[in-house]
Amino acid sequence: MSRGEKGFGIIVTFCVMFLFWLILSELFDAFHLILGGICSAIVTLISHGLMVKGKSQKMLPKSLRLLFYIPWQLWQIVLANVDVAYRVLHPKMPINPLVIEFETSLRGDFALATLANSITLTPGTITIFVEPGKGKFWVHALAREPADAHLVDKTMQRKVAHVFME
Amino acid sequence: MLLVNVIVTIFLAIGMFFMFIGAIGLLRFPDFYTRLHATGKCDTLGEGLIIVGLIIYHLFHYPGTSLATVKLLFLIIFIFIANPTAIHAIVKAAYRRGLKPWRWGEGRR
Amino acid sequence: MEATGERFHLKPSRKREEKMISIFLVIALLNVVTILLCLYRAVVGPGVFNRVAAVNVIGTKTVVLLVIMGYIFERPLFVDIPLLYAMLNFIGTLVFAKYLERGELCSW
Repeated sequence: MSRGEKGFGIIVTFCVMFLFWLILSELFDAFHLILGGICSAIVTLISHGLMVKGKSQKMLPKSLRLLFYIPWQLWQIVLANVDVAYRVLHPKMPINPLVIEFETSLRGDFALATLANSITLTPGTITIFVEPGKGKFWVHALAREPADAHLVDKTMQRKVAHVFME
Repeated sequence: MLLVNVIVTIFLAIGMFFMFIGAIGLLRFPDFYTRLHATGKCDTLGEGLIIVGLIIYHLFHYPGTSLATVKLLFLIIFIFIANPTAIHAIVKAAYRRGLKPWRWGEGRR
Repeated sequence: MEATGERFHLKPSRKREEKMISIFLVIALLNVVTILLCLYRAVVGPGVFNRVAAVNVIGTKTVVLLVIMGYIFERPLFVDIPLLYAMLNFIGTLVFAKYLERGELCSW
């Protein structure tokens, strides 16, 4: 990484750490602000390479699209949780578990992690294994219908690819 | 103030219902993977609903300390990210160690 | 420094608070019942994976119990402690899963 990108990473990490300090302690007098600055500086010096990996990643439109993706996701979570509640309380327990695997077109780290988290949060499916080189997902599904929503419909993959512009 | 109390009670009741579903699913399902389906997700949603109800209660009854609601919001975001990740870690470890999934028609495990 | 003792213990000044606090007590009791239900799976669960999953679920339910207890005792700034325990629970489960998958924790 060049020196410009390293400086950008340090500044962004310091701002985020200081913002967390301000939120978690609600005291705004001079002593605590200076203490917060020193603690944020120490944490930034140790771990500034983890958060930002270069300037040319277009983080602002990605964050905005992520913000619009979250309410749709919450609505899907509520709907599918009601379905799982029906399956738990039914006296015959209509479940039929199966393991499926499919390929996606996502390659970045954050995009794969977001899709795996969304799959695990939507009831009916749990991510078992992710291969980052080819974008393959192994998924354990509870019945036929949630599995179909990933294999045949592919709504969630299209939305995540739209968020991360891949 | 009575309307706020009713709304908070409704949120708490629905959240508690989902937590009960999670605990019952842990007992009833026949296999390790299916049990984690029930608890990992209903637990997270139920907890989110309970804490949203408490945020509404906090905003109306303790008007001086509104910054604490940001902490509760941060707790919700952290739980929505961390709980599925922990469930995925356990399931991946079990699959690598050779625990076979359950098919329809076998006995309970 | 200012009198921080009064800031941490705010007394509500209306009478409808009593009803809400009794509702919170009922919810906390139901939470304890669900924790006891999960304890059955932690004790019986054939194999180690069922037990680790049950302990993770009990930790999540404990976080909810702590947040509600903060509101029962009228200390609304108690929410730092459940936040800390949620992080500890998450990291504990990850360490367990890593050890069970590989057979060792660090490969030096």
